Amino acid sequence: MFEYAPAPESRSVVEIKPSYGLFVDGKFVEPADGGSFKSVNPATEEVLAEIAEAGSGDVDRAVRAARTAYEKVWSPMPGRDRAKYLYRIARIIQERSRELAVLESLDNGKPIKESRDVDLPLVAAHFFYYAGWADKLQHAGFGADPKPLGVAAQVIPWNFPLLMLAWKIAPALAAGNTVVLKPAETTPLTALLFAEICQQADLPPGVVNIVTGAGETGRALVEHPGVDKVAFTGSTEVGRAIARSVAGTRKKLTLELGGKAANIVFDDAPVDQAVEGIVNGIFFNQGHVCCAGSRLLVQESVADRVLESLKRRMAQLRLGDPLDKNTDIGAINSAAQLARIRELSDAGSAEGAERWSPPCELPERGFWFAPTIFTGVTQAHRIAREEIFGPVLSVLTFRTPAEAVEKANNTPYGLSAGIWTDKGSRILWMADRLRAGVVWANTFNKFDPTSPFGGYKESGYGREGGRHGLEAYLNV
Amino acid sequence: MRRLPAMTATATSARSDLSELGRSETALRTFLHGLPGVDQVGAEQRAAQLGTRSIKTTAKAQAIDLAIRMVDLTTLEGADTPGKVRALAAKALRPDPADPSCPHVGAVCVYPAMVPYVAEVLRGSAVHLASVATAFPSGQAPLEVKLADTRAAVAAGADEIDMVINRGAFLAGRYQEVYDEIVATKEACGDAHLKVILETGELATYDNVRRASWLAMLAGGDFIKTSTGKVPVAATPPVTLVMLEAVRDFRAATGRQVGVKPAGGIRTTKDAIKYLVMVNETVGPDWLDPDWFRFGASSLLNDLLMQRTKLTTGVYAGPDYFTLD
Repeated sequence: MFEYAPAPESRSVVEIKPSYGLFVDGKFVEPADGGSFKSVNPATEEVLAEIAEAGSGDVDRAVRAARTAYEKVWSPMPGRDRAKYLYRIARIIQERSRELAVLESLDNGKPIKESRDVDLPLVAAHFFYYAGWADKLQHAGFGADPKPLGVAAQVIPWNFPLLMLAWKIAPALAAGNTVVLKPAETTPLTALLFAEICQQADLPPGVVNIVTGAGETGRALVEHPGVDKVAFTGSTEVGRAIARSVAGTRKKLTLELGGKAANIVFDDAPVDQAVEGIVNGIFFNQGHVCCAGSRLLVQESVADRVLESLKRRMAQLRLGDPLDKNTDIGAINSAAQLARIRELSDAGSAEGAERWSPPCELPERGFWFAPTIFTGVTQAHRIAREEIFGPVLSVLTFRTPAEAVEKANNTPYGLSAGIWTDKGSRILWMADRLRAGVVWANTFNKFDPTSPFGGYKESGYGREGGRHGLEAYLNV
Repeated sequence: MRRLPAMTATATSARSDLSELGRSETALRTFLHGLPGVDQVGAEQRAAQLGTRSIKTTAKAQAIDLAIRMVDLTTLEGADTPGKVRALAAKALRPDPADPSCPHVGAVCVYPAMVPYVAEVLRGSAVHLASVATAFPSGQAPLEVKLADTRAAVAAGADEIDMVINRGAFLAGRYQEVYDEIVATKEACGDAHLKVILETGELATYDNVRRASWLAMLAGGDFIKTSTGKVPVAATPPVTLVMLEAVRDFRAATGRQVGVKPAGGIRTTKDAIKYLVMVNETVGPDWLDPDWFRFGASSLLNDLLMQRTKLTTGVYAGPDYFTLD
């Protein structure tokens, strides 16, 4: 046996303060009513820091600061100067990427190899990409002189804390808006370190404001009358509530919500790579991915072979300390999410699907869930319909391409899909028929700042990324 | 860190008898072209991903000793002399004269004419004696010449033969011809182990690498080897990954285990460890043994020795502390 010795990334590269205030008008300030909550490391349940909880008064203060900055500084500023700030932020992110990656893994529970090799490079790439647009907006296809919207209220989830911040802040600032952003209550730390980076970059005060808190803070922010634009990434349930509250106002809205993506494997697929794609599709980031390939649709004629390979591959996954460089599966982000994953998985067993996990020892402290697949799943099972948002794969089979399309589309969601086949014509035929915002062919979970991302149906509306991503922040 | 224990016994599909395939060109072609394709981007991405494993401290020490035991210490130069290959053989037996705990290498690999001199030195030891044969490296010689080359090497004391496949015939789709040559060479080997060099740098696609791997295994090869080291592209991680997948699937289908030898271009301990990680996570511990995995290399050994010394003493010794042969 070849046992890998522990290879932990050093925690000392990042300094976590005992407590954090709100970032308003370029400074860290205490909340008006002094409320606070704790952010914990989900791998150990250790408290990382005390975080200020913003009340409606604090949110109001942040929105006012953003309004002043918008009117006095940021929107009158020439695009090339805004670009200069964004490039500077992007470079600082690259310079401090190790620090940010460690902090992200500590606060979120994701393996360091992912925060280091996926999250952080994409975060920097996003800022670089939109920095490039800041002085070229007249060429973006939205008219000769497109104008910003004003103050953007942005509420982001806990699965990719810093990356979702980048998806929101970079296009907003490039287009000339100012922002008030609320990170998720379980993962606020990298957003607060990002606030320090804004200071380091000499970003004018009020252009970026960060208010921490839970649902109430988020509600106060999106319902604030001084806000011109609301951008939300998170659950479909909360997305619906936001859509209702924004209805009838002047606020422009983009929503990026849940998903139940089909990863479709045909009998002529490159099996070894398809298995990698299935694993990456559902076990990347512990399955806490809105576009996760959580339904495997495999052609009946190769189902046994694919499942055998998949199980063998799953047995190689290394679950444990997120800071260990060899960890593939980290911790579930919170006790609440773990409870939800458990509930849906138990429902899968109760409804008659067959559950399988590789032999897997879970650490005693922290929130953990073994990589799991369900076979014998039908379209009627809850695990085939509801978003689990965890490392749980439902396996269904199909016989013909038409049946694959029908099953793939038979969901209220429509964020992403994957197709695995050696036949190019079939990829195009399928992509035309799949009602999903992103269709990956012979790959999965590939992201690039130049590529628009967003959903059909209950997966939301609006696009983030690419030229299309600018539209959400321009008055067009 | 919690390591998931290796899964025991996934049900493998019923073992099939593939021995009849070699009887007809059509059967061979149908079979080889029916193998699942390899997606280039995916295979390269997986190989790169495996290369990011961090192997430290005790795991590194274990990997270095294993890698040393897997080295086929090689010299394949027109300028090789009896004196040169004797020195190499002596090094194979005691790679680090200063440290008796250092294991010996897997084998010494030379041209047939050099086999008798190496045999003198290795006699009675556990180090194997490999000889390239079959008009290495191009293989462009009549079959009788290739077989005579093989027999001569075995007669002179080689217990492992590294043959080259007929790439021209393979690329032209004459699979039967390639198959028959391997069968004939295997017969000429007698008891000696046969390593079949695919020269993957000339096969151009991973699909071809997979097909050539299966062809070599079906024809009776004991090992499949990437390269001669004489063309610009030698062993690469993704090529080795595809070959490892092939030996894994071949054993599942037939019950027979075949070894893998990446050769050429592997020069550093870091590279060697990446290959061991790939073996570990693709085919598992059954292949983590010099009987089933080898490195065709020359300069790799000194880097392994240098890193080994660093681990035991805590400091890097200069290159002059390691023998040059």
